[in-house]
Amino acid sequence: MQLTIADLKRGQKGIVKDVSSKEIPLKLLEMGCLPGNHVELLQVAPFSDPMYLNINGTHLAIRKETAKHIIIEPSTNE
Amino acid sequence: MSKQINVALIGNPNTGKTSVFNALTGLNQKVGNYPGITVEKKQGVCKLPRGVKAHIIDLPGTYSLNASSLDESVVIELLLNKNDKDYPDVAVVVTDVENLKRNLLLYTQIKDLKIPTILVINMSDRMSYKGISLDIDYLETQLDTKIALISTRKGKGIEDLKSLIINYKTLSIESCIDIRNIDTNYFEGLEHVFPNQSLYKLWLVITQDVNFGKIDKNTINDATNFKTKSESDLKRLQQKETIKRYQFINNVLKKGQTIDLKSAKDIRIQLDRILTHKVWGYLIFLGILLLIFQAIYSWAETPMDFIDASFASLSEWLSTKLPDGVFTNLITEGIIPGLGGIVIFIPQIAFLFLFISILEESGYMSRVVFLMDKIMRRFGLSGKSVVPLISGTACAIPAIMATRNIESWKERLITILVTPFTTCAARLPVYLIIIALIIPEGTLLGIGYKPLTLLIMYLIGFAAAVGSAYLLNKIMKIRSKSYFVVEMPTYKLPLFKNVFITVVEKTKAFVFDAGKIILAISIVLWFLASYGPGDDFNNAEAIVTEQYASVNLTQDELDEKIASHKLEHSFIGITGKAIEPIIQPLGYDWKIGIGIVSSFAAREVFVGTLATIYSVGTDDEDTIKNRMAKETNPFIGGPLYNLASGISLLLFYAFAMQCMSTLAIVKRETNSWKWPILQLVTMSSIAYLIALIAYQVLK
Repeated sequence: MQLTIADLKRGQKGIVKDVSSKEIPLKLLEMGCLPGNHVELLQVAPFSDPMYLNINGTHLAIRKETAKHIIIEPSTNE
Repeated sequence: MSKQINVALIGNPNTGKTSVFNALTGLNQKVGNYPGITVEKKQGVCKLPRGVKAHIIDLPGTYSLNASSLDESVVIELLLNKNDKDYPDVAVVVTDVENLKRNLLLYTQIKDLKIPTILVINMSDRMSYKGISLDIDYLETQLDTKIALISTRKGKGIEDLKSLIINYKTLSIESCIDIRNIDTNYFEGLEHVFPNQSLYKLWLVITQDVNFGKIDKNTINDATNFKTKSESDLKRLQQKETIKRYQFINNVLKKGQTIDLKSAKDIRIQLDRILTHKVWGYLIFLGILLLIFQAIYSWAETPMDFIDASFASLSEWLSTKLPDGVFTNLITEGIIPGLGGIVIFIPQIAFLFLFISILEESGYMSRVVFLMDKIMRRFGLSGKSVVPLISGTACAIPAIMATRNIESWKERLITILVTPFTTCAARLPVYLIIIALIIPEGTLLGIGYKPLTLLIMYLIGFAAAVGSAYLLNKIMKIRSKSYFVVEMPTYKLPLFKNVFITVVEKTKAFVFDAGKIILAISIVLWFLASYGPGDDFNNAEAIVTEQYASVNLTQDELDEKIASHKLEHSFIGITGKAIEPIIQPLGYDWKIGIGIVSSFAAREVFVGTLATIYSVGTDDEDTIKNRMAKETNPFIGGPLYNLASGISLLLFYAFAMQCMSTLAIVKRETNSWKWPILQLVTMSSIAYLIALIAYQVLK
């Protein structure tokens, strides 16, 4: 099973591997959600939704349903 | 020879673009709308050295030229249309030193339009705090432009920016990215058909719904004999374009920017641990709301009492100084009380705009969006609906415009439909005067009964909005894909200048817009109340004197009887009496009825209307509140404004859709008369029913 941002726990980090361009708005890509970039889950609202992320230095919040479409790999260092 | 330079300010949201605009123009700015649409258009004039003037236009904040909302399309439409009178001679792209990488994406796009582009790196005062150092010379060479490193907070670098603007002709207009690299075949084919056009512009026309010059999407599709791309192919290419741009930016920043993470501090993370916390976050939000209401109530009281008394004495002074006659009466009984009815609310409206602009400026509003999203979604709304619902406490019109960044059409439509339930500033005048009349002094847990009642009115408005959203969400069958992306900017201490300008501009707009309507209505009402048809009105003196011939009345008492007899038989009295049967079950008399009917133009007219009606024919110049307190109920005796009728009035105003401007905006934003008519009919019926129940239960 592939790991996505929705699987991250608070404080965990990962690297974006693939984004399915069908499900992800261009705006999110433009804000830095691109393959190779680091992502960290900073905070979650109740029921883990929405999720407050730091992607590539940009702090933003997305809903869990969107987070499920961003595939990541766990970051090796740290 | 002075020539005007057209400057367009462009930048991502939260980069301090507005601060740069304010620093350049000061109060020398005007806010209007783009023709046909309601996107706010801010422009101003900046005086440059050597007598040159710059005409500065502050474009809506956008993350990229790939527009996803109406506000963003304004940016691209202007930049593609060389014939527009505002087409910029030079573009100023404002970036935030902390988010340089992301902010530069937009810069590369603007540069590719071959417009001379100045890069502003703002918030430079935070560089050492964040451990950032920049090699400006290197960046200028690589990005092929001039850079102004400024700090609007410390007022640094603005003069540098001005001299860059004046020398804009020396800037290079080479593009950053060669768009051909994204898909060589496709773009070379395109170039073959349109050899004289900028490829990036053509690409924007294909991917966005905009036209430039005589070229639109269809002419391109017709003229290109090679296969046009499908929607998903286009999106894939846009993704590729974005990656290419970031590669370019990363290369530039690798050498041009060093970040020493060890010395970087981030207060945002610590603050967010508390402010977006599952428990504390919500408690703090509630606390902030409570503080706002307590403040609006108690801080504004003194200036309001002062204004109220000043208008009464102004009226009195004028009536003694001006010669007796119809015009004096029109001024002292019609216009001054009518205007006083709106001027008195300036302190409260200003406080409300003050708090809202502080919440926005500080970056806290995004946290509220984050906290509330899941909850709001249950009601068919989005976390982003919180911003319209909170701004709706100032005015529904900007609030409805603020729904534009809600990505899902269904969530947006529901937000538009329910926003008018929130307690807007125009309801305040009505609420405050009624609360002052019917709610006793006293405190509960340190909060006065009066502010508490006001808070309850706000909560009722909010509950009505959320409740009807829930119903609409169940009823409406609209399927729309919902995206939700919200940036969480760093916390900033709000800049005094920005907050001040917002408060002044918004309050001014509110008072003048409302003032015009109120002035007109006051004059019409005064005439209708001062003249009447038939014997009953014209021979009032004789009739009343005869009627009370057997009773011993002083001259004053007799005059008062005559005045009220005249009012009852004036044009307005006849109209009011005609509608009285409808509103009598709610506990109102015909005078309140006139107030309600006239406030279908705008709610705040109510107080002005009553002030005009009550002052016609009376000589003593009293405050509006005292006049209202003296009114008696013509059917059951006792004060007209008692607990039952007061609560009934409060509830009526809480639910009724009484604002023509809001209806017009809803029509424009939804592009259909169906929704505003639905609002008008449903909201007003609910208002009538609830006011009826409240009065019948409480009386």
